Amino acid sequence: MKNLPRILMILSALLLVFVFFFPIWSITLYAPQYPGGVTMYIWINKITGDTPGTLQNINILNHYVGMKMIEPDSIPELKYFQFIIGGMGLIAMALAWVNRKPFYLAWAIFFVILGALGIYDFYLWEYDYGHNLSPDAPIKVPGMTYQPPLFGKKTLLNFVAYSYPYWGSLFFGLSVISGFLAYLFYKKRKK
Amino acid sequence: MRTLIFLSLISLAFLHGCQPRQGGMAGGGAATDAASRVYVAPGELDEFYAFFSGGFSGQLSVYGLPSGRLLKIIPVFSVDGEKGYGFNEETKPLLETSFGFIPWDDAHHPQLSHTNGIPDGRWVFINGNNTPRIARIDLITFETAEIIEIPNSGGNHSSPYATENTEYILAGTRFSVPFPQQDVPISSYKETFKGVLSFISVDPKTGHMELAFQVLLPAFNYDLARAGKGKSHGWSFYTSYNVEQAHTLLEANASQYDKDFIAAVNWKKAEEYVKAGKAKEMPASYFHNIYDDNSHMATSKEIKTVKVLIPSECPDMVYFLPTPKSPHGVDVDPTGEYIVGAGKLSADMSVHSFSKILEAIENEAFETHIDGIPVLKYEEIVAGIVSSGGLGPLHTEFDDNGHAYTTFFISSEIVKWKVGTWEVVDRAPCYYSVGHLMIPGGDSKKPFGKYMVAMNKITKDRYLPTGPELNHAAQLYDISGDKIQLLLDFPTVGEPHYAQAIPAHLVAPNSKKYFSLEDNVHPHVTKKESDTRVVREGNVVRVYMTTIRSHFAPDNIEGIRVGDKVYFHVTNLEQDWDVPHGFAVMGAHNAELLIMPGQTETLLWEPDRPGVFPFYCTDFCSALHQEMQGYARVSTKGSDTPLKWWVGKQE
Repeated sequence: MKNLPRILMILSALLLVFVFFFPIWSITLYAPQYPGGVTMYIWINKITGDTPGTLQNINILNHYVGMKMIEPDSIPELKYFQFIIGGMGLIAMALAWVNRKPFYLAWAIFFVILGALGIYDFYLWEYDYGHNLSPDAPIKVPGMTYQPPLFGKKTLLNFVAYSYPYWGSLFFGLSVISGFLAYLFYKKRKK
Repeated sequence: MRTLIFLSLISLAFLHGCQPRQGGMAGGGAATDAASRVYVAPGELDEFYAFFSGGFSGQLSVYGLPSGRLLKIIPVFSVDGEKGYGFNEETKPLLETSFGFIPWDDAHHPQLSHTNGIPDGRWVFINGNNTPRIARIDLITFETAEIIEIPNSGGNHSSPYATENTEYILAGTRFSVPFPQQDVPISSYKETFKGVLSFISVDPKTGHMELAFQVLLPAFNYDLARAGKGKSHGWSFYTSYNVEQAHTLLEANASQYDKDFIAAVNWKKAEEYVKAGKAKEMPASYFHNIYDDNSHMATSKEIKTVKVLIPSECPDMVYFLPTPKSPHGVDVDPTGEYIVGAGKLSADMSVHSFSKILEAIENEAFETHIDGIPVLKYEEIVAGIVSSGGLGPLHTEFDDNGHAYTTFFISSEIVKWKVGTWEVVDRAPCYYSVGHLMIPGGDSKKPFGKYMVAMNKITKDRYLPTGPELNHAAQLYDISGDKIQLLLDFPTVGEPHYAQAIPAHLVAPNSKKYFSLEDNVHPHVTKKESDTRVVREGNVVRVYMTTIRSHFAPDNIEGIRVGDKVYFHVTNLEQDWDVPHGFAVMGAHNAELLIMPGQTETLLWEPDRPGVFPFYCTDFCSALHQEMQGYARVSTKGSDTPLKWWVGKQE
């Protein structure tokens, strides 16, 4: 299998295609009035919900405690993040053609760093939504902030929020792993 | 001495035991484990939807079975302040008739739409008795979707019964009237009055109704009807009373003859005659009103002609089946072979055989002709007599095991009998004086069985007293075993004459949660808060308003003048289940608006004095519902207060 690293790198690129077709994160809110839960999906280029009205409904709920409206159009990451993913895919294809061991490692490490930055960026957005509250909010609970969890479960007043990666992140992760494997297999055979 | 006291105690107890106890016969005689069989635990759902007519309420009530829980009242023929029905501008056209806007009617018989003779869960039809109309209720929205008026009818009682695939909805007139309607002496009844049967076609895709044709019959009282099914598909049957053609003191004068008729109409033949151009195009005036779920408005149209078939010119289309003693119900068994006529002044019921009817027609076994309509020989068509032992049979429904169940008004009971052998196998008392009964799918080719509901005309002591007027009582029975078992009593709204039920799984998954704002094409919709505005056109002021938790936009309005006609066009911007907003303004002469998510509704307000008047949300929508309010400033006629509106800026 002389071509295995190349195949793995192409696989890395192909796996990234799936990131465009599945949300990367989901946040679900449960409350007594929402027995079925309200789920928001974060994609690399958009935010959707389990119904067409979900985002509006979450914004209505959030405005009572003074949180900003979630407006996908005003979140720049949703515009450029898809180009980063696309670019990384193209680079992966190019690297598969070049087929150099250190490039594979560099690509994978760079992608891990990018992913970590993405998660940190997501955290910053969550922090901003949760802490940057309007002074005119109808409901003000002293000391209370509404930052949703990055990963796991958190109780926010009457809501219990669950936040977990979604299918898109899985494909992202597999792509990174496939990149590392390309590096590892290359290494093994040369020794 | 001790013995004497003992004996007198015994005799007292005996005497007491001899009198029937109050509270019905032995407390109502419910089955011992009835409670567990009707108990639908919190959070669990009923097995059947049941649609009960409201009778003189004019509405349709939706109950869950077996719990007997009231789920909704759907306004149909009567205005309903609770939902703004008939008060908001959008639903007013639904109640338009050739007599103008009619705010009330008497609704008798719900009819589920059928496919292949089985309820399909798409629509419920119901008749307006007083100003003859038929309504169609959509089971996606559970709202009235359409109402059609029926001309040449004097009381739309024998209606609305569906044919096997809802090709037609049947209607007949209980009161014959002059044909065409005109100023004649009442004593000219026999010469100038006619009884008209109507066939309303239903578009299988949209459900839209059309008065396809009418059949002109002698001036009898056409009481109830059913369509044939299975082997009798293509026919329809109508009971009649007052074959005597009395027009006064009918209780005596219309009860003289031994037999009245069931009219049997071969509607497939009638269709052919219409196609062949045999129908007369007669002038008429009737209204057809349709509600649209995307514009959220009803439109009303007058129609000016109707096709009429005259039996003497259309042979082999109508026959009369002699049936004893002023028959009330006419019910067709699941196979379509047996037609049960319930002679309400007798103890027995005559069951006609459809095959024998066809044979008698073939052999021309006619007793006589009336207005060119052959009267078949009774002996030639009767299949059997049910000797019930009861008194005053009214209505029959069927179960899934070959049994029929007939209500007896006078002896206040339901009698279960075997179709084909006519033997009585069980009976159960009703509290009190049962009218109609209902078995889920009990009028169809495949009854669902399991439960039976009696709709009683007299309530008396069944519930805590509420003054002279009492809600009518319904009773739920289990009919899955050999014996009929009483399970539950529950009060109903108005006077349910009839009900129909359908398994919940055929309806619930289609139930709409909210209207898509995107699809809203109301001419006065406002889809964004930034588009809200107030527009003056002469003395008409249009307020383009939106609602979203928890405010109106605009919520401050100035520049309205006394004498203006102010239209509040309110769009509910919510896109979530069960978040309606209400709108009420002080001094409005109509009602509130109750606006579903994604919907636009309009309230007309005609302020008659200057001042500042609050308006507010009437449906507790959210934690800040009490804050959902606003003010409309009204200035004197001719004042120059500028037209202004805003939300959120304090001055």
